[in-house]
Amino acid sequence: MERILTKLWGDISNLPESRKIALMYWTVAIVLFGAQLLFGLLAAYQYINPDFLYSVMPFNVTRMLHINAMVVWLLMGFIGGIYWMLPEETGIDVVGAKLGKIAFYVLTGAVAIVVLVYLFIQWGKGNFFTMWFINEGREYLEAPRWADWGIVAVMAIIYYNVLATVLKSGRITGLMGVLLVDMVALAGLYLTGMFFTPNITIDQFWWWWVVHLWVEATWEVLVGVLMGWALMHVLGTPRRIIEGWLYLEVLLVFGTGILGLGHHYYWIGTPEYWLGIGGFFSSLEPLPLVAMIVHAVYDAGVHKLKTVNRPALFFIFLQAFGNFFGAGVWGFMHTLPQINLYSHGTQMAASHGHLAFFGAYVATNLVLMYIALQYIRAPEGPILDSKTWRIAYVGMIISMVGMVGALLVAGFAQTFFERAVGGATWQDYIVTQMHPWVKVPMYWRLGFGILFFLFYFVLVYDMLTIGRKAPTTETEVKPA
Amino acid sequence: MEFGWLEVTVASIVLTLVLGSILTRGRDWLDPEFWKRYAIVGSVVMFIFLWILTFDTLSKTKIGSERVPSPTVINYKIGYEYNPEKGYYMPVVYKDQKELLFGKEYTEEEAMELITKGKLVIQSRACMDCHTLLGNGAYYAPDLTKSWLDPKWEKIVVPMTQAKDKAEAMVKFLMEPDKYATWMRRMPNLGLDEEEAKAVVAYLKWMATINTNGFPDHFGESKLVKF
Ligand code: HEC
Ligand code: HEM
Ligand code: HEM
Ligand SMILES: [Fe+2]
Repeated sequence: MERILTKLWGDISNLPESRKIALMYWTVAIVLFGAQLLFGLLAAYQYINPDFLYSVMPFNVTRMLHINAMVVWLLMGFIGGIYWMLPEETGIDVVGAKLGKIAFYVLTGAVAIVVLVYLFIQWGKGNFFTMWFINEGREYLEAPRWADWGIVAVMAIIYYNVLATVLKSGRITGLMGVLLVDMVALAGLYLTGMFFTPNITIDQFWWWWVVHLWVEATWEVLVGVLMGWALMHVLGTPRRIIEGWLYLEVLLVFGTGILGLGHHYYWIGTPEYWLGIGGFFSSLEPLPLVAMIVHAVYDAGVHKLKTVNRPALFFIFLQAFGNFFGAGVWGFMHTLPQINLYSHGTQMAASHGHLAFFGAYVATNLVLMYIALQYIRAPEGPILDSKTWRIAYVGMIISMVGMVGALLVAGFAQTFFERAVGGATWQDYIVTQMHPWVKVPMYWRLGFGILFFLFYFVLVYDMLTIGRKAPTTETEVKPA
Repeated sequence: MEFGWLEVTVASIVLTLVLGSILTRGRDWLDPEFWKRYAIVGSVVMFIFLWILTFDTLSKTKIGSERVPSPTVINYKIGYEYNPEKGYYMPVVYKDQKELLFGKEYTEEEAMELITKGKLVIQSRACMDCHTLLGNGAYYAPDLTKSWLDPKWEKIVVPMTQAKDKAEAMVKFLMEPDKYATWMRRMPNLGLDEEEAKAVVAYLKWMATINTNGFPDHFGESKLVKF
């Protein structure tokens, strides 16, 4: 493992164990990112040519792999980020490194098995064996039950690593305090998604606890911690300011996002009061995202954009603006019940979902990875920079905006034709799908998707090469 | 207990502000500790409200409640009608008109068993990674919330499958969707056996009776499609 990591990331002999674990997670994360895109492309192509892989790997399988790969790689990326910042926040190396590494292998092995089962078995008969060993069939949480428990066990080990390290170090920073609480909430929510009920209303009620309270509450706070830490490193913002902002963000994220959950309880059989509660609180959910922009832009302005790590700084901007537009603006567009009654379950959600996940979470992971790259390859500076990261950066943004724009057009058209003019039936659906305003965007989505995939390779190339030629790192051999 | 959304909203915000200002009394607002306390208060208050609402919602959405009816509704004719008082469309169960599924009257227990099976089948094939149910899922295929009430079954699928009624036509379609495809984007054959397909049909019928606060609006009344 050390050999592989050295080859991919650079000289890691002086790194604390915690940071080696981080690199292990990130390596798998970036590979899964590629797999996510590949399956997304297959799914997008099936929209255009529905006969493609029709009986070999139908749309539900390609889509399932697309979104599951996404959830897993983003989580692995976050875990990497946590292991990376841990030694610095506590001043000591991780407690229980060996166990932490075992957890990594268990998780990676479990993911590999789940993927193989999705690919080659795909589904089973309608019984509990299928739920436990093949496919649980609940969007994002399709992983069979045995894997759910595996994930919980791994999360417990990771939590132990973090907690034991903090305790041993005898000090706790504000960032670590928020992190420790947030990780409990994040893992606890996963448990609410692990049971079977024939009652679809109650099923979806708890399903949204996982999905919404992850991406709009606990993940959002987690990236608040990671981005705060990143700002300290990339711009040198004082800790006191970072922590003040972080608490404000926690107040606003949890203050609006917890009851904002109600925007998913309009139409699933739950009582009418959710229309008012969900509409009100979710409309305020963009507030913390505005705060995050102000925070990042203000800090960067104070330092006149001077930084030691240009790609990380720019991915911080992408995170702040992407989170605001993808989650805040695109989310707000369809969050009032009066609009959502017609847009619910259309390509509007796909448009929003892509921009939000990309802006908020893909960007966060890339920031952390570039900070690590600088630490490993160019610790003495003067600055981490290259041409290729710019190409990847601009290219990924343009192609994501292209995909999201195409889906937005399709979403509006679907909302209008299928739901408002039409009667939301089978045939209304088909007629709308064949309307040029839905049909043509599907080609655009595929085209921009291919472009995105190409820029992914540019990104990977850059991560493999950036900072390697910096003369300072080659000549000076510095003990830790 | 009856909740109004406005009371909950106002109460949760006022409580946060009051408790927050008590706990931060005398502190400068530029002090991180000030925001830390507010963050804790805000999160805890909102979470408590969510818990209260959760208990209330769970009790109002049990199977057999007004919003989520007992599965024995599959023995009756059902519809979807505009309710002028509520201002939205609501499912109606015509208790005076029997409409047996597969020629059998199901007891409470049998009906429950059937829809439990139906749900397991739906999960086992990951239907929700192509379709939406209650509007959640994927966008590659039609929403199934009110599929039971879809006019296309009687107009097109019954004649095509030469079935004797809608339920039988649905079973035939679900068992061989590739054979009875109605457009280029076909549903694949997911290997449902007859028992599984029947359970799914029962599930779809039952699901159509859930009160979804009017989603989808004016289902089946289309200005876009005329059969
Ligand atoms: C690979 C994607 C895919 C999967 C998986 C899938 N379907 Fe479908 N389904 C479709 C498509 C596409 C259509 C439209 C087919 C047509 O018009 O010929 C359809 C049509 C239907 C219809 C009729 C449409 C309507 O509005 O009433 C029903 C009912 C249905 N599917 C139920 C199911 C059930 C139940 C499952 C899971 C056991 C399932 N589908 C899994 C793609 C899928
Ligand atoms: C980073 C944060 C966010 C992410 C990653 C995200 C992602 C998503 C995704 C993937 C879906 C589709 C879920 C499905 O598969 O059914 C969704 C739905 C939705 N999101 Fe977000 N979201 C975020 C923040 C927000 C915010 C802040 C708002 C409101 C202001 C919002 C409003 C909505 C609404 C209303 C839906 C339901 C769409 C429907 O009815 O079909 N989201 N979100
Ligand atoms: C090569 C680029 C990509 C392509 C071609 C692609 C394609 C697709 C397709 C076809 C779907 C299924 C939508 C449906 O049900 O109709 C989908 C869903 C989804 N994708 Fe992508 N995708 C790409 C990149 C990404 C990225 C980078 C992310 C986020 C990090 C992402 C996140 C999602 C999410 C969250 C969903 C579920 C959306 C929902 O249910 O509303 N995708 N994607
Ligand atoms: Fe949400």
